[in-house]
Amino acid sequence: MVSLVLVSHSRQLAEGLADLVRQVAGDVPVAAVGGTPDGRLGTDATAIAEAINEVYSDDGVLVLMDLGSSVMAAETALELLTPDRAANVHLCGAPLVEGAVAAGVEARVGGDLARVRAAAESALNHPKF
Amino acid sequence: MDVNGLVQLLNNIAKVLHEQADFLSELDNAIGDGDHGHNMDKGFKAVQERVLSNPDPDLGKILQKVGMTLISTVGGAAGPLYGTAFLRMGSQLAGKQEVTLQDLPKLMEVAIAGIQQRGKAVRGEKTMLDALIPAKEALDAALAAGKPAVEALSDAVAAAAEGVEYTKTIKATKGRASYLGERSIGHQDPGATSSYFMIRALRDTVAGA
Repeated sequence: MVSLVLVSHSRQLAEGLADLVRQVAGDVPVAAVGGTPDGRLGTDATAIAEAINEVYSDDGVLVLMDLGSSVMAAETALELLTPDRAANVHLCGAPLVEGAVAAGVEARVGGDLARVRAAAESALNHPKF
Repeated sequence: MDVNGLVQLLNNIAKVLHEQADFLSELDNAIGDGDHGHNMDKGFKAVQERVLSNPDPDLGKILQKVGMTLISTVGGAAGPLYGTAFLRMGSQLAGKQEVTLQDLPKLMEVAIAGIQQRGKAVRGEKTMLDALIPAKEALDAALAAGKPAVEALSDAVAAAAEGVEYTKTIKATKGRASYLGERSIGHQDPGATSSYFMIRALRDTVAGA
């Protein structure tokens, strides 16, 4: 089963979103990471790497991020993983909230990493109006 | 420069970034999220506590630890950017206990390449590269002309300062400042400014100031 890692500048945003995703994602492992170690808004690449390792599965891990430096921090986190693990981790450019919910549903029904990623990215194609 | 020299340099960088924290955040407040100075101050304070208080004899290891510390403590984009630069310089200096001015162009080259890779930016996009690349070029020219260390480093500092001035004239296309587009013109880039302070700290450390 594919696991999800949700990255935000805000710990509350990441954790609140993880709650929302778990509601639809059943047993899918979901890790939330946000903020700096001293509680400021920001991102910490080492914490992202730890979160990936925490939920790591050989089926793959999809990482969704909010904006700006969270993308750079996630890219840096990939370099902190062992290369064999990093190869099974995809960063996804989907909008964070809609993408995470769509990815959670697809992972729950057993989609592989490519399908879970595609589900997240297609969240852009579901207009709200 | 040996371990003591490198520790002194990093302490001097921490000191200037602490002194300039309000100024750098003010610059960032105009075009970004207003935290660059205090983020850098936090990061280099952590470097002092975790790395400089008990320095490794291997210069490469020191720089790698500096990189890891910045990555985990700065918080903003400067964390992965400067962190990657220090990690790359650390790999370059692995196993060395002494570094000379002749090593510096290569160190700057790998640092700049790391920042470019991480930020997917090029020169002229209102980033730290607009201070670092001219500084590296000025250093190359000064060394080719056979200038002594402090003079060569002063050329690099002057080129970085010009680079910072140049960032006032261009619009941002990277990072939070890019949301402002044309309205970012007229403001100097905080990342280029912190890069300038680091190069100036290097010159001042070598000059014994």
